[in-house]
Amino acid sequence: MARTLITFPANARRGEIIEVKAIVAHEMETGFRHTQLGEAIPRDIITHFTCGYNGVEVFSATFYPAIAANPFISFSTVATESGTLSFNWIGDNGFSVTETAAISVS
Amino acid sequence: MNIRIPRRKFLLAAGGMAAGMVAVTISKAAAATEAEMKDAIGKVVGTSIVTKGKVTLDLPPLVDNGNAVPLSVRVDSPMTAADHVKAIYLFNEKNPLPNIVTFRLGPRAGRASVSTRIRLADTQTVVAICEMSDGSFWSGSVNVVVTVAACSEDR
Amino acid sequence: MLALPASADEARRSGYDFMSRATRAMQDEDAANTGMLWVKDGEALWNGKAGGANRACADCHGDAVASMKGVATRYPAFDARMRRPVSLEQRINLCRTEKQKATPLAHEGPDLLALSAYIGMQSRGMPIAIVMDENTKPFLEAGRETFNRRQGQLNLSCAQCHEDNWGRKLAGNPITQAHPTGYPLYRLEWQGVGSLQRRLRNCLVGTRTQAYAYGAPEFVDLELFLMWRANGMTLETPAVRP
Repeated sequence: MARTLITFPANARRGEIIEVKAIVAHEMETGFRHTQLGEAIPRDIITHFTCGYNGVEVFSATFYPAIAANPFISFSTVATESGTLSFNWIGDNGFSVTETAAISVS
Repeated sequence: MNIRIPRRKFLLAAGGMAAGMVAVTISKAAAATEAEMKDAIGKVVGTSIVTKGKVTLDLPPLVDNGNAVPLSVRVDSPMTAADHVKAIYLFNEKNPLPNIVTFRLGPRAGRASVSTRIRLADTQTVVAICEMSDGSFWSGSVNVVVTVAACSEDR
Repeated sequence: MLALPASADEARRSGYDFMSRATRAMQDEDAANTGMLWVKDGEALWNGKAGGANRACADCHGDAVASMKGVATRYPAFDARMRRPVSLEQRINLCRTEKQKATPLAHEGPDLLALSAYIGMQSRGMPIAIVMDENTKPFLEAGRETFNRRQGQLNLSCAQCHEDNWGRKLAGNPITQAHPTGYPLYRLEWQGVGSLQRRLRNCLVGTRTQAYAYGAPEFVDLELFLMWRANGMTLETPAVRP
């Protein structure tokens, strides 16, 4: 099932700064909450996000529990050449999601 | 261990329940303090001097719901190979942990402008520290007022 | 009090109008609207085969962008066989059990929310258009009665907050007019998408009232009344609310 939403212009001019927006489905359980019976709810968050452009890392982020559920992130990158943008989220309990999308640069 | 709960924190917890979160019980780690935020910032900047400026932090002054507060940060930088932003660190003083998020970027970003959504447990100050390619540190901060939702929910 | 003449339409406000600019911005742009995660899931479910009939929604209804346009503006709608109005969620489950020979989807489960969000979005921007006729009127009146009846330990009716006191604040939050213009919607408080009935449950719990079960006739009648009361207002699914 689709658990990410990634938005950026599919076509760009060389040298253009494009904006990338990405949302991933994740509860981001903080580890600071308790059930009504008083049991601690263990932390379960995404800890790292990375964006690669034709295999080269162009942006990354380290998340803490203060990042809202279903993390949203928006950043920019320079359209250098046609190819692939890759997006990777990793987190607690082996969470790992990778998505790729093509960009055409003229 | 017997932990005394300051009235203000108890009300916060009650407010959290009213906001429909899983019932929250207070623990020692319930809230970071201004001192803890300073410690966390110290770990990033070391002995370097942090200068106010270059960093524009944008959060709504009044927040509908602390569960998802839009945050944007911009840094005044040409973002060239010789002169760019390496990282932006975000901190708060009243969530359980002082760290919020760290962004790592470079000249390929084109401009130093990043947005996300964060959780805020209370009315407080949010601080952004920016690390430049020349090793200098710059900062910006903003005060946010958080109101808590009214009706409770069984989950 | 509740007969809304056309001239009163100007005064009606969507929950959107009570939100901060920041929360509106989340709804206004699909790339920033977390509810779109559910819509995207719904599209996959629409096109996926299910049940003993091994049939997808799309196999009968085709492209939802065309076939489902306007559908959500008319729900809850009267079902001749059930001899009562059914919610959009119930309509989806009727289709599943009768046409797809599949098990019904759980109320408030991710799949039913996703499908109803996807179908709802095909009517985004269209006016709500509930039909009041001899079939629906008794149920609509039952919903109106529920809306106006004091209940729960706080002895409050829906109308006391949402008709008499809208625009004022309750624990720092504005009281809205209770027009269900964007369901299912992404609520920041839920940190997820939920249905109108989940929101109604929140209000009932808030007034210390025993909530109805999901899909209960009382809920559907209230939903029918509220949607009729919002007739002509623009559907915003998937909306974002605090």
